Amino acid sequence: MESTSHAFKANVEKAMVDPGLQKALGMMKTGFQTRRLAAINKLPEFDRLRDQGRDIKNHVLENLDFYLERFERKVTEAGGHVHWCRTAEEARETILGLCRKVGAKTVTKGKSMIAEEIALNDFLEEKGIEPIETDLGEYIIQLRREPPSHIIAPAIHLNKSDVIDAFHKAHTHLDPDRPMDDPNTLLEEARNVLRPKFLAADVGITGANFMIAETGSTIIVTNEGNGDLTQILPKVHIVLASLEKLVPTFEDAATILRLLARSATGQEFSVYTTVSTGPRRPGDLDGPEEFHVVLLDNGRTNILGTEFQEMLRCIRCSACLNHCPVYSTVGGHAYGWVYPGPMGAVLTPTLIGIEEAGHLPNASTFCGRCESVCPMRIPLPKMMRHWREHEFERHLSPSAMRSGLALWAWFATRPRLYRLATGIAARLLGLFGRAHGRYGWLPLASGWTKGRDFPAPEGKTFMSQWAARRKAS
Amino acid sequence: MPAASPRVGLFVTCLVDLMRPSVGFAAVKLLENAGCRVEVPETQTCCGQPAFNSGDRKDARDVARGVIAAFQGFDYVVVPSGSCAGMIHEHYPALFANEPETLAKAQDLARRTHELVSFLVDVLGVGQVDAAYDGVATYHDSCSGLRELKVKAQPRRLLASVKGLGLKELPGAEICCGFGGTFCVKYPDISERMAADKADDVTATGADTLLAGDLGCLMNMAGKLQRQGSPVRVRHVAEVLAGMTDAPPIGEPKG
Amino acid sequence: MGRTAEGIMSDARSQILGSVRRALRRDALPADKAAALEARLRDPKPNLIPARARGDAKAVVELFVEMAGNAAATLTRVKSAKDVPGAVADFLASQNLPASFVMAPDPELDTIPWSERPTLSIRRGKTDGGDQVSVTGAFAAIAETGTLMLTSGPDHPSTLNFLPETHVVVLPAGKVVGPYEEAWARLRAGRDGTLPRTVNFVTGPSRSGDIEQRLLMGAHGPRRLHVVLIED
Repeated sequence: MESTSHAFKANVEKAMVDPGLQKALGMMKTGFQTRRLAAINKLPEFDRLRDQGRDIKNHVLENLDFYLERFERKVTEAGGHVHWCRTAEEARETILGLCRKVGAKTVTKGKSMIAEEIALNDFLEEKGIEPIETDLGEYIIQLRREPPSHIIAPAIHLNKSDVIDAFHKAHTHLDPDRPMDDPNTLLEEARNVLRPKFLAADVGITGANFMIAETGSTIIVTNEGNGDLTQILPKVHIVLASLEKLVPTFEDAATILRLLARSATGQEFSVYTTVSTGPRRPGDLDGPEEFHVVLLDNGRTNILGTEFQEMLRCIRCSACLNHCPVYSTVGGHAYGWVYPGPMGAVLTPTLIGIEEAGHLPNASTFCGRCESVCPMRIPLPKMMRHWREHEFERHLSPSAMRSGLALWAWFATRPRLYRLATGIAARLLGLFGRAHGRYGWLPLASGWTKGRDFPAPEGKTFMSQWAARRKAS
Repeated sequence: MPAASPRVGLFVTCLVDLMRPSVGFAAVKLLENAGCRVEVPETQTCCGQPAFNSGDRKDARDVARGVIAAFQGFDYVVVPSGSCAGMIHEHYPALFANEPETLAKAQDLARRTHELVSFLVDVLGVGQVDAAYDGVATYHDSCSGLRELKVKAQPRRLLASVKGLGLKELPGAEICCGFGGTFCVKYPDISERMAADKADDVTATGADTLLAGDLGCLMNMAGKLQRQGSPVRVRHVAEVLAGMTDAPPIGEPKG
Repeated sequence: MGRTAEGIMSDARSQILGSVRRALRRDALPADKAAALEARLRDPKPNLIPARARGDAKAVVELFVEMAGNAAATLTRVKSAKDVPGAVADFLASQNLPASFVMAPDPELDTIPWSERPTLSIRRGKTDGGDQVSVTGAFAAIAETGTLMLTSGPDHPSTLNFLPETHVVVLPAGKVVGPYEEAWARLRAGRDGTLPRTVNFVTGPSRSGDIEQRLLMGAHGPRRLHVVLIED
């Protein structure tokens, strides 16, 4: 996917005056949060499970080479194939090769963020293979030819009317005057349009929420059932997954699964949790004849062993997005690449570079809500701060900010001069602001005063008043 | 239990020093009423957050060294801000992870440092205050105090003892107001929209007063409410708890 | 270039493993460490199991009934296997569905006296999407979240779990366990380290929240999930 992360400010400007987007964002503001809270309140062990989930993933990361090889061996034993891919390009070529080998014309797809990351759909189209997104949200945005704006709710930036428009344009074989106002009708329509495509597809591609080293299995978690139709109907099932999705055993997966749905949608468990191991067995009446795992690095090993390693624990639940006041103000597209919100603010620079994505870790108030809800206890604000440190060290941060900081630090480390300067500032700001108690406009703070007043100081600093008081007593 | 008359160093914070000294004096009064001997070290300036959160660790460390030096020897260091207290409490030790000698001092300071209201309740065991306020207030939980220092019940508990004061919970009280220190300078439009959402929530409560424990957030919320023409009075929680509400509310003229 | 795809792949493999080891600042794990990890995989231990999943046999059945209901599955309780045909027929009638279905070729299901309800028209096998209703068994059921565990095999084509609009699951109460871990232990116990191609954990009927966050039932999988629970 082409990044517009460098244009974050322009993206934000556009997003904030987009009435449709703002309406959609308004609707998501509390839904996810309320449901998550209700679900975890019903599971008193939730926080202890978070600790264990964190420890499991840390254990895997510390022994990643072992588990990767173990996983590969088990996939092979079960009759499947593992394809190691360093880059997005290698993964795309591998998938193309697998599709061509069976002469695939159409490919159904379950939801996969990695597929977005490697821009798989555009690539397959270029090569004459039709990719069909089957998750309802993904299907809608594929029709609109836009990227997802949220990890688990890819079309959350849209309203029903947008969906109606998209279906009108795409489903030209249907009566243009058909009633479409009921969302159930829209779902029904998508179901009916996609069903024959599921049955006709030559290859099905899914992501993986987990890879199990114990057995060489992969796990996907969905609510619609599209991921299952994607993998049991076509001849070939390709799983596209990045390295860090590994866990040792099903017991370990169970622990993290207890966290996943509750953190994501507030469900106790997703409707479909599907474990796939190899191709169909002798005697099986259905299921894929080939099973391939495309194991993608694409920058993960560069994160390992750095201060960003903990990001590799992320299970893509979206809790951080759902609780982020910045995300809910600007939406997912403003972030400019595949991964939005706090997790994107940390992950995106690791994958496409801090030069391109420098805004993202800065566009946070460090309110800490993301970390407080993260099921894997990833210290997201801390890592955003680490990115800011990289930017500062490499002189990527704006020069006005740098010189401002330098000046401030010069005073802040010289208490006497600091007293003098703050005394003057308090007096001047107090003097001019006293009549109204506040400023409607201030030079150097026009960003603030555009939409807010700036309170005037009381006039004398605390320190000068305290000193005067002490002298008097 | 703390010593009978603990020696407390007040870290005023740069914003209170410059913008609203009343909060500092309210803090002094609350601490003295609770039996503390309060001192205000002269060499204090700022906790260093602007540099720390901008990725400038060197300047952050230099400023922090000043704070560590200024507050040596006190039984406790008390801060009328969850954000600055959180900086010292949570982040100073991390800043000096590679400087063993300073690290020990930073850890020692971190152990002694508390946010004002939680210090009164959790450390000194204060259960009520002797103050009166005529009005209905709602309370915003500033992020650092809430999430880094678990300040949540303590201010509500003390506010409940203020005579004449009604309390209305603020829906979304745990959602950031959009201040975010340097954030409001770097991304003023997002910051402003978040402040607007907060102001709408405050207005919807019907309260006539908005309280919080961090001056940055208070200035942000007051500025937005006042731009909207709201009559809501905005004050630091310490002012109400100390019964020191003679000064006009934040952003309001005298008289 | 002249290099084979396999050659590139093995390069990628060794490079990725090399990068991992460099990042972790070590070589491949020493033999004793690897053996310890291998042992952990061969004898998987449960992590924390929530208290709610640790009731006795009776309690977990009651919990399953409650949780499946919370997940929008419907459920009928019958005394014994001979009551199943009637329960299925009644359910289909109550939903205005035809009294015909495709059934998993499962020996356990064959022990049910279907012929006592001659109005039921039953076809055994997989489905290509032409069937409105499927009837299958289940390997286990997990009380903790009201989840069915369905394992693929000659006796249970996975298509039956997804293509029909209505999925009826016949579940003897003895198959209900508390937590997922117990279901895994049961599955492993009957096999020599291999797994079925597909293990489906199903919690209620298919749904989507992708249009304005409204909960819509029956996305791509079944709209209705009905459990007939045999109590004895």
